Amino acid sequence: MTKQHEREPIINIQNVEKHYGSVTALDGVSIKIEAGEFFSLLGPSGCGKTTLLRIISGFDNPSVGTVFIGGADMTDVPPNERPTNMVFQSYAIFPHLNVADNVGYGLKKQKLPKEEIDRRVDDALKLVDLEGYGPRESHALSGGQRQRVALARALIMKPKVLLLDEPLSALDKKLRETMQSELRKLQRTVGITFVLVTHDQEEALTMSDRIAVMFDGRIAQIDSPEGLYRRPISRRVASFIGVMNFIPATVIENTNKILSLNIKSLGQLDIKTSSALKKSEVITVGIRPEMLTILYNKSDTSEYSFNASIENASYYGDMTYYEVFIEDTDIKATVSMRNTAGRPVLEIGSKARVGWGKDSITIL
Amino acid sequence: MMSAKPPRSLFTYALVYLIFLYAPVILLPLFAFNDSAIIALPLSGFTLHWFGLLWETRALHEALYNSVLIAVITAIGSTTLGIFAARAAARYEFPGKRSILGFIMVPLVLPEIIIGVALIVVLIQLGMSLSAWTVIIGHVLICTPFSIAILQSAFNNMDRSLEEASLDLGENKLGTFFRVIVPLVTPGIISSLLISFTISLDEFIIAFFLTGTDVTLPVYIWGQLRFPARLPAIMALGFLMVTLSFLLLVAAEYFRRRANRLTGVRKNSNGGIF
Ligand SMILES: Nc1ncnc2c1ncn2[C@@H]1O[C@H](COP(=O)(O)OP(=O)(O)O)[C@@H](O)[C@H]1O
Ligand SMILES: [Mg+2]
Repeated sequence: MTKQHEREPIINIQNVEKHYGSVTALDGVSIKIEAGEFFSLLGPSGCGKTTLLRIISGFDNPSVGTVFIGGADMTDVPPNERPTNMVFQSYAIFPHLNVADNVGYGLKKQKLPKEEIDRRVDDALKLVDLEGYGPRESHALSGGQRQRVALARALIMKPKVLLLDEPLSALDKKLRETMQSELRKLQRTVGITFVLVTHDQEEALTMSDRIAVMFDGRIAQIDSPEGLYRRPISRRVASFIGVMNFIPATVIENTNKILSLNIKSLGQLDIKTSSALKKSEVITVGIRPEMLTILYNKSDTSEYSFNASIENASYYGDMTYYEVFIEDTDIKATVSMRNTAGRPVLEIGSKARVGWGKDSITIL
Repeated sequence: MMSAKPPRSLFTYALVYLIFLYAPVILLPLFAFNDSAIIALPLSGFTLHWFGLLWETRALHEALYNSVLIAVITAIGSTTLGIFAARAAARYEFPGKRSILGFIMVPLVLPEIIIGVALIVVLIQLGMSLSAWTVIIGHVLICTPFSIAILQSAFNNMDRSLEEASLDLGENKLGTFFRVIVPLVTPGIISSLLISFTISLDEFIIAFFLTGTDVTLPVYIWGQLRFPARLPAIMALGFLMVTLSFLLLVAAEYFRRRANRLTGVRKNSNGGIF
């Protein structure tokens, strides 16, 4: 069998910059998004996510660089002629139109027969679980319903790409979690490429095929949720995606793809690597809280272990998060433990032995 | 937050204030329907005679025609200017925006007699003769700030993403203007038309200065006050004008609130004159 040709990306963002006066909102952003992907732009507020989405949709133009959608250069294509549709952060439901007229707004422009518009509006409302809501006044809708109307109104246009700007941030926590899985299911059903903007790492992790992490107008890393979590390329990415403990280490030797490290107060270990770190370089290693285990009994064993004192314990019902000091150091680490039957919550100030394995170490 | 109950003294004060403000107005209908040529208590009986007299006075009809014509043109003029100013203020940033808007609002607080005197000097210097048109110029000047205040709240409150959503759904700019912007600001426009119409209809000082032979209703009333015998008929006319103004203002306020509701503002906190 021959290897398939690499498919043309549905969105190809090439070296885009955006400057507002002296403010640089985007700085050399390049992304390729595949057709049918659920792609997220994740980053703290002000990092340029909305700006990038508005450049894709055509509401803003890049200062430098080019956006291709479906292979076509979008530079001179106005928003109303782009094969994209947007779910706005405020939902932007037309207040003077009822639900059906909101959803059918774009079709009406296309001068389709009324029966076809009605049928497709009904289908779109069914798709977002709002069957029968057509005649409702839009200002009487709840936040979750407004969001569904905005979704239906965009999806009915059968865009190549659906753009969503923080679509869940206005909803309360419960509804947000429900909508996360519904959005994901919806995307699988319609098969349209979704580009979602969010500052919520959990949202990005649970919904996306791939995530671009952005800081200060630049792309820090593009990877699958698992790749980002397990192999963050920088300290900043690592601490933005979940919790990560950072411990300084020194390179003893790096030969034949075996890296010997001296991790401060945890001891020496050898790991397989392809990195080009040099002897005596000082680096940081990261380890996730769930990769550390409190060894409750003397007989419990682990590949490596260290002694620690419990500084703080936060009880979450299913989990307990401990903040511990590694013995004889000022290095703090977070350890998360599942509260299985018979496992006590350790008291603050008590001593504990913490086990870990070298495979769970990330070199940063 | 719970709002605290106002002290009783404040309530009494408000009551006295309202009586002081409205008692003279309440006297209007009293004497308009009173069957006596003399404006004095006690009342002597009910009649519609004075209203009938209004119906027969030709000079009054001319004054009414002038007033309505002036008010209609003023309303359209000041609202059109208001639309341009409000749209520009809502959408564009330009140097000196604040001070320009501030200066447009100044006629709100200038004494009308000053505006009247200043205008008459300027217009005569320009060689214009006094007519209904000079009154219209004066009225547009004093009505435009009200129009801008009302329309600014209609335009400002309109979420920009609504326009963008329309473009996003494939509609072009012209279509967006008619399908989104116009419906959302129409209540504001109606409110502005009604308010400037009412202001112009009731305005006396500027009309008194700038009117030539085209006498307006308030100027006509002023002229009639010399004849005590016609006073009850003037009371009847006054009653009709107050009622009409009141109804127009209520309608205007209704449309202003409707504009706010459409553009998503819950409280009537933004702009407006009430
Ligand atoms: N129209 C604008 N004028 C000036 N600066 C802007 C404008 N839009 C965005 N910015 C700036 O660009 C940066 C990125 O903004 P934005 O894309 O909205 O961030 P995010 O959506 O990630 O929170 C911010 O510093 C913001 O202040
Ligand atoms: Mg944003």
